[in-house]
Amino acid sequence: MSGFPILSLMLAVPAIAAIACLFVGDKASRFVALGATLATFVLGCILWANFDIGGAQWQFTERADLFGRFQWALGIDGMALMLIMLSVFLMPLCILASWDAIKQRVGLYMAMFLIMEVVMIGVFMAQDLLLFYIFFEAGLIPMYFIIGIWGGANRKYAAFKFFLYTLLGSVLMLIAMIAMIAEAGTTDIPMLLNYDFPVQMQTWLWLAFFASLAVKMPMWPVHTWLPDAHVQAPTAGSMILAGVLLKLGSYGFLRFMMPMFPDASGQLMWIVFALSMIAVVYTSLVALVQSDMKKLIAYSSVAHMAIVTAGLFAFNQQGIEGALIIMLSHGVVSAALFFCVGVIYDRLHTREIDRYGGLAVNMPAYALFFMLFTMASIGLPGTSGFVGEFLSLAGIYEASSWVAFVCTTGIILGAAYMLYLYRRVVFGELTKDDVKAMPDLNAREWTIMVPLAAVALWMGVYPESFLAPMRGDVTTVVARLAPAKPAGDAHLAAGKPKPAKAHGEAAHGSSHAGGVQ
Amino acid sequence: MTADLALIWPELILTIGGLITLMLGTFAGDRNVGLYQLSSLLTLAAAAAAVVALFGIETTVFSGTLSVDSFGGFAKLLIYAASFVCIVIAPRFFNGGMRAEYPTLILFAALGMGIMASSRDLMTLYVGLELNSLAAYVLASFMRTDERSSEAGLKYFVLGALASGMLLYGISLLYGFSGTTDFAGIAKVLGGEMNIGLIFGIVFVLAGLGFKISAVPFHMWTPDVYEGAPTPVTTFFATAPKVAAMALMTRVVIDAMGPAVGAWQQIVIFLSLASIILGAVGAIGQKNIKRLLAYSSINNVGFMLIGLAAGTQQGVEAVLTYLLVYMVTTLGAFLVVLQLRDADGNYVESIPALAGLSQRRPGLAAAMAVFMLSLAGIPPLFGFWPKLLVFWAAVEANLVPLAVAGIVASVIGAFYYIAIIKTMYFDDKSDTEFPKGGGAIVEDAVITASALWLSVIGYLFIPVLAVLSASAAAVLF
Repeated sequence: MSGFPILSLMLAVPAIAAIACLFVGDKASRFVALGATLATFVLGCILWANFDIGGAQWQFTERADLFGRFQWALGIDGMALMLIMLSVFLMPLCILASWDAIKQRVGLYMAMFLIMEVVMIGVFMAQDLLLFYIFFEAGLIPMYFIIGIWGGANRKYAAFKFFLYTLLGSVLMLIAMIAMIAEAGTTDIPMLLNYDFPVQMQTWLWLAFFASLAVKMPMWPVHTWLPDAHVQAPTAGSMILAGVLLKLGSYGFLRFMMPMFPDASGQLMWIVFALSMIAVVYTSLVALVQSDMKKLIAYSSVAHMAIVTAGLFAFNQQGIEGALIIMLSHGVVSAALFFCVGVIYDRLHTREIDRYGGLAVNMPAYALFFMLFTMASIGLPGTSGFVGEFLSLAGIYEASSWVAFVCTTGIILGAAYMLYLYRRVVFGELTKDDVKAMPDLNAREWTIMVPLAAVALWMGVYPESFLAPMRGDVTTVVARLAPAKPAGDAHLAAGKPKPAKAHGEAAHGSSHAGGVQ
Repeated sequence: MTADLALIWPELILTIGGLITLMLGTFAGDRNVGLYQLSSLLTLAAAAAAVVALFGIETTVFSGTLSVDSFGGFAKLLIYAASFVCIVIAPRFFNGGMRAEYPTLILFAALGMGIMASSRDLMTLYVGLELNSLAAYVLASFMRTDERSSEAGLKYFVLGALASGMLLYGISLLYGFSGTTDFAGIAKVLGGEMNIGLIFGIVFVLAGLGFKISAVPFHMWTPDVYEGAPTPVTTFFATAPKVAAMALMTRVVIDAMGPAVGAWQQIVIFLSLASIILGAVGAIGQKNIKRLLAYSSINNVGFMLIGLAAGTQQGVEAVLTYLLVYMVTTLGAFLVVLQLRDADGNYVESIPALAGLSQRRPGLAAAMAVFMLSLAGIPPLFGFWPKLLVFWAAVEANLVPLAVAGIVASVIGAFYYIAIIKTMYFDDKSDTEFPKGGGAIVEDAVITASALWLSVIGYLFIPVLAVLSASAAAVLF
């Protein structure tokens, strides 16, 4: 595979298809978009198959000095690979999810989604700071159109809020990036990752990045754009927003803030912990009282992302690996939950929880899938949510037992609001006539549900497939952070293992040993 | 003297070409649009060719009052290109009312602007400025029977005369206290001990120039003149004179006032931030697209001034790149405005009437969306690049607070740009129909080309732009 520009190809396929969609007419554009996203997915699978686990940190690198002051430099590590896989996996499902729901200006819609895909995978591939920023910001434009044109009743307000909120955050990051380039004299991300910025400067840079990434994340108290955007966005828009766009923030934390400004990260971790703790509890409580399904899931996303940030700033192997798994798991599960909402919204055209009830009777297949994703969101063992939450909470506990305590409370509350939602929508008496008339899943909806469910279970049962490519990168980050790591309050002591018989597979545990120092 | 003449071919060509065009109009009659239009376009093309031929020569002519260098060359090429487009689009707009004075005045204005961009003496500065301004006053009121046009011309003239007065007053102070009108000589005096007279001179000169680039607080004329003037003239005002005045301001600030950084930098920073913020806030309530673009130009001038405030070669390079990209974007946007005619052929300038444009004219709406997002500086559109460069220059010059304030204010500006997109794309169709006008292939081509260039393609030109702007900016340092 070496030498073949597969990453550029992955960007080119949806980009060309996007232009084509604008010209081929409504009907054909659906097929063009589906074909292009599937092709990109296949390319992604080839990428994963050829990724050398334990090999060089940056693989499939491409470099072309096209722009003078910065470069067309692409390359991926394990974390980027997994997030790219998440994006290309969700994209065809999003196109399918909007197959019938979108009836107006289909060509433009499909073009916007394909541009969205280019931008998202571009963010994860970029090896140049300015190229990263361009991709990172460019995502605003297609999302602005998606929410604004095909959204709900209050879509214009939500689109403006989304655009301006995230733009205001991002611009400060741009100034910080310029300052970094001026200081280090390079735009190359791998080189910047090993550049030691002066400690005083790190603090300012950290705060500027934090302003941007916290909004994207979104962290409390700058999360308010998210519920509005989700509620107004069309189903597929919500899927991609929750599935991938929310991961850009945490990816930025892990790619830039932590390894580039380790000292500042160590000093200012209390900010992240404090905001995460508030977010976990507060947004979970807010979710509990929502009457709009999409809003409820949106708030639950904020709570999940808070566990991600706390896990990342635990500065140890489990915490960061757990956070990464939550990112992937939440990407799949929240997209699935938004699709579940979309399925019944397409039938009844309301998101009010009270308008439903008793769906288990007339939509058994739907009820089954919805339950699976609800459980995955709660973090039931065997589903993807459990692995991530367990690992990250174990990591957080090492750093601070109080934070772990508060974050665990959030998980209990999470079970409360999700089960409460499920009970009101799916169980109970099937009394309403219009709800009685709703048919169960059709073939297209099955096609979307099955892969999502399969991945959620795969990640829950055998997370090693996903952890293995990322382990080396996490170790690198942890090593970079080690000098700045404050002492935790847990004071873990190594246990006294029983004689060899009880610990038959010692090798399995040792792969994690790097994190417990 | 004769040797000097060989170095000012662009100016000579414009003078002679302008006179020929005037004669053609007088003797062949105003109806022969093709004839005098052709002669004016050929003149501009020949002048541009002369600029290219002279590229690389760095010298001064006429006892050091006028410079021949790549900085002036860069600015002149932009000015001639903008003038060219503004002549091309005019006949269709005036629709039979075209007169030979229009291309003639544009040619003389271009001549004045060329002198502005290459002056290195307070006298040539003033001569160039007034030659441009007099032509511009007449152009603003070109539609004599239209009330708004006459009003625009009168307003522009009165306020412009006031600004010229201020400029002259500043020039007289600078001359009085430094004893010379030569930029280099003034710089030498400013490098020594400062006194109150010199500082007042600097302030008044910058105020006068601030009027020409429509920087806040000298911007009041801009929305009214832009709205009232015929659209091709507005297009002209928004592009070529901006380039010339900005180039002139750069030259004055760097060449003549270079050593007195402390004196001019604060003024430029104030002009810059005030323009960015007021340009953004003022645009929000506008209902007329031309007025909105006027505020947009005020806003963008503010960003250019950030690069100037840095006062470094990098800053000047950023300003030049910004001018080029801004010019292309603005030309494109005004050409879109020119395409907006309702079923009766009347020009539509009201923003609410654009509602649902994306469904009636998808291509036009898409181009306008590109121009708006580019003016807002949202990547991946190319308008992002010059903004990045000016902020970069400011950060390198240790003006981080200025960069932060500017970039945060740019978010306010983004609001009204995306509001236009909202109107075109999200709102329901308005009652105004926009039938496709025939016979505008040139306009369509220019719109398409500039929109494509401003989308991602422009990034491929960064190395070329960098070389050009660097060679132009190096002249001043």
